[in-house]
Amino acid sequence: MKKKIFIGITAVLLLSVLLFALQALLVPKYASNPEGLLTGQYYDSSLSHDVIAIGDCEVYESIVPSVLWEKYGIRTYVRGGAQQLAWHSYYLLEETFRYETPKVVLFNVYALKYGTPQSEAYNRMTFDTMKWSASKMNGILDSMTSDESIVDYVFPILRYHSRITDLKEEDLRYWFSEPENMTDNGYLIKTGVIPMPESDPIDAPPEELLPESSMEYLDKMRVLCKEKGSELVLIKAPTNSRGYWWYDEWEAQIVDYATEHSLAYYNFIPLADEMGIDWQTDTYDGGLHLNLYGAEKFTEYLGAVLSEHHGLESQKGDAQASKVWDGYLKDFENKKKQLEDIDK
Amino acid sequence: MLFTSYGFILFAAVLLAVYYVFPKKYQWTLLLAASYLFYAFSGLENFAFIIFTTVSCFITARIMEKRKQNEDVYVEKNKETLDKEHRKQYRAKEKKKRFYILLVGLFLNFGVLAVIKYTAFALRNLNSILKLFSVPSVDIPDLLLPLGISFFVFQSTGYLIDVYRGKTYAEKNPAKLALFVSFFPQLAQGPISRHADLSGTLYEPHSFDAKNLKFGLQRVLWGYFKKLVIADRILIAVKAMIADTATYNGIYVVLLILLYSAQIYADFTGGIDITIGLAEAMGIRVKENFNHPFSSRSTKEYWNRWHITMGSWFTDYVFYPMSVTKPMMKLSKWSRAHLGNAIGKRLPVYLATAVTWFLTGLWHGAAWNFIVWGMLNCLVILVSQELEPIYRRFRERFPKLTASYGYHCFEATRTFLLMGLIRSLDCYGNVGLTFKLWGSIFTKMNFSKCFSGQIFELGLDIKDYVILAVAIVIVAVVAKLSQTGDLREWLYGKTVLSWALSSVLLVLILLFGAYGIGYDASQFIYTIY
Repeated sequence: MKKKIFIGITAVLLLSVLLFALQALLVPKYASNPEGLLTGQYYDSSLSHDVIAIGDCEVYESIVPSVLWEKYGIRTYVRGGAQQLAWHSYYLLEETFRYETPKVVLFNVYALKYGTPQSEAYNRMTFDTMKWSASKMNGILDSMTSDESIVDYVFPILRYHSRITDLKEEDLRYWFSEPENMTDNGYLIKTGVIPMPESDPIDAPPEELLPESSMEYLDKMRVLCKEKGSELVLIKAPTNSRGYWWYDEWEAQIVDYATEHSLAYYNFIPLADEMGIDWQTDTYDGGLHLNLYGAEKFTEYLGAVLSEHHGLESQKGDAQASKVWDGYLKDFENKKKQLEDIDK
Repeated sequence: MLFTSYGFILFAAVLLAVYYVFPKKYQWTLLLAASYLFYAFSGLENFAFIIFTTVSCFITARIMEKRKQNEDVYVEKNKETLDKEHRKQYRAKEKKKRFYILLVGLFLNFGVLAVIKYTAFALRNLNSILKLFSVPSVDIPDLLLPLGISFFVFQSTGYLIDVYRGKTYAEKNPAKLALFVSFFPQLAQGPISRHADLSGTLYEPHSFDAKNLKFGLQRVLWGYFKKLVIADRILIAVKAMIADTATYNGIYVVLLILLYSAQIYADFTGGIDITIGLAEAMGIRVKENFNHPFSSRSTKEYWNRWHITMGSWFTDYVFYPMSVTKPMMKLSKWSRAHLGNAIGKRLPVYLATAVTWFLTGLWHGAAWNFIVWGMLNCLVILVSQELEPIYRRFRERFPKLTASYGYHCFEATRTFLLMGLIRSLDCYGNVGLTFKLWGSIFTKMNFSKCFSGQIFELGLDIKDYVILAVAIVIVAVVAKLSQTGDLREWLYGKTVLSWALSSVLLVLILLFGAYGIGYDASQFIYTIY
């Protein structure tokens, strides 16, 4: 009997190890799609920031932390994510406060246009690499599309099992390791150029106003920031410089909200010219997102706003911070050069 | 709650954990609570039907048994005064009264089933007739079909008939009968158990038995393997072929017959494995429903091996009783006198067979394709019966050949294909279309098109076909080996091998199962009947 129990326990342990190894093999490695790694890379950062930026692709393609450090001595981390919806942002922010309390939280308002979960893929990109906590659990529950199940998040092998017949070289290479972090503290460096085509701006009003459900999460972020003593600053990143897809009606909603709650709100779309953004050279996808050169211009402008209006002082006097952040800056410059060399 | 849902797996795991720490005497009440909870997940509105069946069968059975007891007491009390003839007359009279009570019980339950399941079908047909005479059509109500109604009504009415026949006792505790009617593992797709078989094992206390638990869970795993790796993967291709019969005809009909045969086998036997395995893990013995059906060498044998409990239900409660009814006896007598002995002997049997198969088809679904399916099965069985003398002579003329393994394989393949062909009615769901597609096997020459790549346009790629082929071979080998004995018993003493195989099975299910996002969560096919 004792022998049988021993065999049983050994078998269960071996099976668990095997399943764990298979799970590690099957989960996507996001080596060629680094958006899926953004959430998890935060834990490797210094976890002591003056500014945390949250929101969708418009933040991780627009705000360059190394520029903010170099020009203003501001320590920033961009916790953005591909199609990071308002509830994703809220739970990431909630989790962030478990690690640190930034002076300023920047929230890009564009994703507020989505009132319901959109896609499993983006939920996965937000949550797959997030550490388990109540924030992650609640975030998943609030974000799931109708096809999804929390069980698939707890045991990712159940979700990704069918990849067994579709494994790629990167799955083996990064089986027990992670691909190199190609971001600058959450900023995803893109150096390509695709000019914005000439076209007329959209005149028609939006089909609907910013939905209540996403505005509720904005309000939850406001309350959370207030509780934690951080200043919530709303921004609209300078994409689509002629105002495409960011409607006046939405703008009015955000302005009203910000006014009502005494929040700062900056719509950078009309300020793009003032920043010197050239939509022929500063976008990598025809105006939807800024490339590195556009992002550097915008970040410099943003840094000035943060320093002048939100009391963020340079941390360059702090020897330890300087050591760490000068290292990040160097690393950023290397990555930039690497990418530019590839482009050439 | 689908057997393949996470919810069900959690539900079953929690139940198993609680079951063995629950006071043994009351384990059956836990099962009842679990069964009702399971049923509640299918919709609270369905409860009315299962409660109605339980209550009506409880009362009917109790009245019949009470009358039988009174009858026995009366006869015992008056055995001095009643002579044999009077006693016989009295018993016959009482039996008739009990029969009427039985009829009321049957009428109530089959009435509900008929209304729920067949009203729309009847009205659709009525509308077709009315249309011929340009009469306005009747509105067809959208009635809900409660989960497993065909199964629990048949199981409950079988119980009533058995009580009437004295083959089982009438439950005194309505809660126990409620458990018999609603026992959740078999609620959705059978087997259709007999009260005399199930009641003892269902209500008795069960101590924890590691062997039962191990055997049960192994069988559950095996069921999931068949369902998730084979059935639900094939489903993708079958659905594609059914959705576009204009493209997928000719050789594709043959492909569908083969694939659907494998799908329904894996689906139905897989579901039954989960049912029986789960019950076994709790110490409860549920009757087998399959006995290697695809090794059958004739249609008759096939139906003795496939969905055994349904077949025996129709045999015991429809075919035999009908064969000995007074009108049938009269018909037999009349036909022998007027049509000769050969026809006279066959006519009542054939009539009873035809009615039985008509009802079997109707039980499967309220649609003409199911009725035609039933009648074609009947036709094949009766033709085989008529050809039996020729077969016999052939066997006598070529004893070596007909006893050879090769000939057995030929017979099994013939039966498999024939059953598959008839079963395709179930897939296409339209009698005319099915016949047309059968014809296309001989008229459409698209063999090369199919195997030059179009086969991979059915939603399955080469990897899927490889997985399917390997999984089917595994199932076939296990089926072959289990014909010689219980594999689990053989494995029982070999602890390391047993754990290794179970672990491999679990890993295969997890990796190669067609489940989760990207695959349609499919019901077990028989839950729709």
